[in-house]
Amino acid sequence: MNFKPNRFLPNRFLNGKLSLIGALLLILILPQVVASEYVMHVLITVGLYIILSLSLNLVSGYTGQLSIGHAAFYGIGAYVAALLMLRLNLSYWAVLPLAGLVTAAFGFILGLPTLRLQGDYLAIVTLGFGEIVRLVFLNWDKVTRGPMGLPGIPSPQIGDLVFMSKVPYFYLVMGMMLITLVFMIRVSESEMGLSLMAVSHDEVAAEAVGVNTLKAKLLAFTLSAFFAGIAGSFYATYISFISPDSFTFMDSITILAMVVLGGLASIPGVVIGAIVLGVAPEVLRFMADYRMLLYGALMVVMMIFKPDGFWGAKKRVYNVIRKNLEQKQLLHKRGESV
Amino acid sequence: MFWQQLVNGLTAGSMYALIALGYTMVYGILKIINFAHGDIFMVGAFLGLIIIKQFHLGFVPAFLLSMVIVAIIGIIIEKIAYRPLRKSTKLAPLLSALGVSIFLVNFAQLVWGTEVRSFPPSLQIDTFQVGSVTLSNIQIYALLISFALMLALHFFVHKTKMGVAMRATSHSINHARLMGINVDNIISLTFGIGSALAAAAGILIGLYYDAVYPVMGYTAGLKAFTAAVLGGIGSIPGAMLGGLLLGVVENLGAAYISMGYRDAIAFGLLIIILLLKPTGLLGKNIQQKV
Repeated sequence: MNFKPNRFLPNRFLNGKLSLIGALLLILILPQVVASEYVMHVLITVGLYIILSLSLNLVSGYTGQLSIGHAAFYGIGAYVAALLMLRLNLSYWAVLPLAGLVTAAFGFILGLPTLRLQGDYLAIVTLGFGEIVRLVFLNWDKVTRGPMGLPGIPSPQIGDLVFMSKVPYFYLVMGMMLITLVFMIRVSESEMGLSLMAVSHDEVAAEAVGVNTLKAKLLAFTLSAFFAGIAGSFYATYISFISPDSFTFMDSITILAMVVLGGLASIPGVVIGAIVLGVAPEVLRFMADYRMLLYGALMVVMMIFKPDGFWGAKKRVYNVIRKNLEQKQLLHKRGESV
Repeated sequence: MFWQQLVNGLTAGSMYALIALGYTMVYGILKIINFAHGDIFMVGAFLGLIIIKQFHLGFVPAFLLSMVIVAIIGIIIEKIAYRPLRKSTKLAPLLSALGVSIFLVNFAQLVWGTEVRSFPPSLQIDTFQVGSVTLSNIQIYALLISFALMLALHFFVHKTKMGVAMRATSHSINHARLMGINVDNIISLTFGIGSALAAAAGILIGLYYDAVYPVMGYTAGLKAFTAAVLGGIGSIPGAMLGGLLLGVVENLGAAYISMGYRDAIAFGLLIIILLLKPTGLLGKNIQQKV
């Protein structure tokens, strides 16, 4: 089946090659302009958040399966990468795909309950999964060193060049982010993306028109976990220390907040959400102790005024369709031809 | 050992059940997960502590006063953060609730500090032996108060006019409105009762574990939410059953299997039960319609 991208679909915003080249140029130039280590660190974090929220968007945005345990995948990726590098002395480049694949396998496993569960019940299973994974990190002392975490994770190396400053890390994470971005755009405009969205709108109806809903959901969970695992492996090598505290329920919630605040099932929305929520705690730093207080209040205010997020895809689509329908009905009433 | 763990489990479970009731009642009516509920519980614990310590009131007046104040806070939170979002997508109130949660935790840290506080020693802890089981008076108070509150709630929901209105609203908001029920008031009432129960649980848990701190709502909230889903979210007897069951299972699991994996056992049990019975133990099976 050959499916042309529908004009109602989101993502036209970033569809052009132009904007991609623009983004690439910006990424290349940024480290030359920004001298501050601190700003570079914030930018790298934002890049990581974009990968994480784009990957969660595949499950919670497109496929409509609320997941509140995404940090577990991030953590699995980080731990797999760290353990392989520390115990087997593998290089980061060998570990990177492995971390993604192992995490993807866990994503597939978490996708299986979607066979029987929906909505909030599925959400609590993802929550339970996230907590169990964190508790295993915490209690499996022999392997993970428990609450002490894993220090001294080596940096990536290209030839003789070892990643020392923030700049190579910045390029690495931005490269990963761009690959994720392009992948997600391609998925959203493919037949697979359409079947995912069909599942999120109405599962029974999707099944009726021939979408293999189980396959779609499993695919979404697996791919989503893969990218989260990649992000996790980057985090491990970048920070060089991981502990169970880095992958808590609050982290899952932060990622979900980026997706919802930006706009579910909208790639530009999710990117904006990740940037805003990634930068907000830093910008609010001048508030000192009141920072997180304000952050929470802002979240409530933003939800009240923009309940579909900055770039809510669904509402836009519905509005366009509704407007078309209303016009047709109006014409029909007047007795004009449609 | 078994009986001791059973009693400890029932004590913890009865308090989980109190918090779970708030989740389940709100969910039954609005179909939203009130993620701020755990933090409302924390505020209740702090208020009880402050009233006893700084206003030198006795335990009983402090307990009741804290419940009333927290009920009002719950109603205000609903008015500000959830009411404007009632017609929007399901995830918007969820995020709004998270915002409230972050706000409350940080508010508590600013006002009351981050350190762990405990109730003043005026409340004597006595322990005594019943057979091989060691009981403390706090354990008995906690069990008695929880069960009394649950009985009162059961009576309220089933025997009073307001309770009937509440059940009708949870059945269908629109039909309830057509029957002349002031749905907005019922929703406020639901938040008020749920929050008051959470405050009660907050003080009891604060006493039982001798610790009150700003992030205490996180684990307790998560556990209570798990209990609510375990019993079938939206079902009031389900929340009570789920809470007790969760408390007992995690205490037995901690004693016989592994202390560190205590919470993992609780969540594992939850996942298994949900896979076998996807709507929880006492949840209604809803046929999916095309």
